[in-house]
Amino acid sequence: MRLAELSSAELESHLAQGLGLVTGPFRFLIQSRLPRVAHGLATLYCDFETGDFDFHDFHVRVDKPFGLRSWFRPQINFWLDDFTPFIPLPADHDMAQLEWGMNWCIAGHAHHYLMLHAAVLERNGQAVILPGDPGAGKSTLTAALTLSGWRLLSDEITIIDRDDGLIVPLVRPVSLKNASIDIIRAFAPTAYIGDTAKDTHKGTVSHLRPPIDSVLAMNRKARARHIVFPRWRAGADPVSKPHAKSDAFLHVANHAFNYSLLGSLGFDLTARLLDDCDCQNFEYSRLPDALAFFEKLVT
Amino acid sequence: MRLAELDLVHALIDPDIMPGLGMARWDLLVRQARAAGLLGKVGALALDRGLAPHLPVPVWHALEAGLAFADRQALAVHHELRLLDLALSGLGIPVLVLKGAAYVGSGHPAAAGRLMSDIDILVPKSSLGQVEAALMLAGWVSTLRDPYDQRYYRQWMHELPPMTHIRRGTNLDVHHNLLPETGRIRTQPNKVIEDSLPLPGLRCLRVPSQQDLILHSATHLMHEGEWDHGLRDLSDLYSLITSQLGEEGFGSALAERARRLNLERPLFYALIHLQRIFGLKIAGACVAAPGSLIQPLMNGLLEQGFGSFHASCRSPLTVFAQFSLFVRSHWLRMPPHLLIPHLLYKAFKKEKARVEETTAA
Repeated sequence: MRLAELSSAELESHLAQGLGLVTGPFRFLIQSRLPRVAHGLATLYCDFETGDFDFHDFHVRVDKPFGLRSWFRPQINFWLDDFTPFIPLPADHDMAQLEWGMNWCIAGHAHHYLMLHAAVLERNGQAVILPGDPGAGKSTLTAALTLSGWRLLSDEITIIDRDDGLIVPLVRPVSLKNASIDIIRAFAPTAYIGDTAKDTHKGTVSHLRPPIDSVLAMNRKARARHIVFPRWRAGADPVSKPHAKSDAFLHVANHAFNYSLLGSLGFDLTARLLDDCDCQNFEYSRLPDALAFFEKLVT
Repeated sequence: MRLAELDLVHALIDPDIMPGLGMARWDLLVRQARAAGLLGKVGALALDRGLAPHLPVPVWHALEAGLAFADRQALAVHHELRLLDLALSGLGIPVLVLKGAAYVGSGHPAAAGRLMSDIDILVPKSSLGQVEAALMLAGWVSTLRDPYDQRYYRQWMHELPPMTHIRRGTNLDVHHNLLPETGRIRTQPNKVIEDSLPLPGLRCLRVPSQQDLILHSATHLMHEGEWDHGLRDLSDLYSLITSQLGEEGFGSALAERARRLNLERPLFYALIHLQRIFGLKIAGACVAAPGSLIQPLMNGLLEQGFGSFHASCRSPLTVFAQFSLFVRSHWLRMPPHLLIPHLLYKAFKKEKARVEETTAA
């Protein structure tokens, strides 16, 4: 069943008990009594599968911590099962905290996969990995490609199955920060962007609803063909240059969540990925230039 | 929920039940195993018995992830032991590796899938100064900056203040005894050192004998009050003991050794709970029992302590039991004339830190 088929009253009562939600290979049980979380899920996750599942990879909860504090400066906290890994945040960061918390669950636990810190999208059967240094414009680019017919596989964690070396989609809302929120609003005025959380440790944060096609295709794995290191620079004309594979290997490994944890398996999976991919640097300043470059890459 | 009835405990005792568990039961088992630090252990048992292909895919993925984490740690521990050996072998003294690192270092089945947070070593008290100096030269530093804490460890405890390696960030506890110097129960660490066995390929690192590994594990469990991984430590004991059960006269020899080291009481409580929770009976292990009033009370408290790792095993009594066990662990550690000033100091220091934090905010 799709989450949109639940009425808002049903959604709230499910959430109070625990709402089953499928995102890629993971099943979450999400619990919350916060209206903003119910609203956030209803709007950002409307096309996702929900249901009563017997087994969940992660039991998570976002709620007010117990205590007097809830009366004068309300806060929220995140639970994985009965463990609270973070310090409480201001109450209006609840949906952002749920997203971060879910990422933390995956990045810290899902060691069946090699997990890279990178966005990944697919078009014409070719997956393109975008490892991004902070400030490189990775999320803006991911959102723009997602809204231009590309299939979103993941905007934050690229997960590679240890059994077959393929990329497993981990479709979730795309996280947008600061200026990129307005850039994407201007780029696609009809796209749904959720409420903004201001003054978080990452600045202003908002989330873009992923397109239904990407959500419905979340069981279809993809093979990586390209690794592109994007770089946004004011006024730059689009330029692409080959990126040495040796350096790309080190970059990917250094930015992976569990490269060293997987030991020789991490090395083998990364080596196989690099064998499969062309590696390039791409500098740009205008989104249409970037879209044209990526379109050409996969034709 | 009674611990003896947990699927988690049943799976540790008899891994072959795993393929028969339904998904809803796995949902709870995986959460409990994760909270108890036993996910890797369950994964290791499943892998060892060839059960992985017979488990539901998401379940195996969760166990496999726990196992990957533990395997990585084991690799790091082997590396760390080699470096410790290098740093200390010039001193010409025996250095015993304790607990988790000892199981990993000696390749004991109890090591499979086990997680740990630090490496514990035991050295003769007379060499403590040399050991600390050699470790500092090799990059281990004491991280406790408060002079009171430094004095607390050095004057009263059975170990140096915890050390951390400046490059690798690994944690090391250097013990000179199994129990605090100020404690109610005294033991003889020199006997444990005398009976220890060399670790193959290393020059000065050794491990306690099988019996002493069991006794130290039981002592640590019953005295240190780290109840978050109480069930994990009890499952260590289960592995340590079951791997020895075939030996002729094992039970009576263990009891005799406990008498000699004055560690009968912790062994008694450990054996009681191995029987109550893991259904393990050890023939011939006759250990002097505590009084008939204290025994049921302690058993009740300890059962609560073992269950404190996960919400599904806690009861309204758990908080009370945890507090009582906390008080007990301090009571065993120090006589009242040292304990009361210590707890007062800690309480005021915490309050002072809290006030400073609030004012700063």
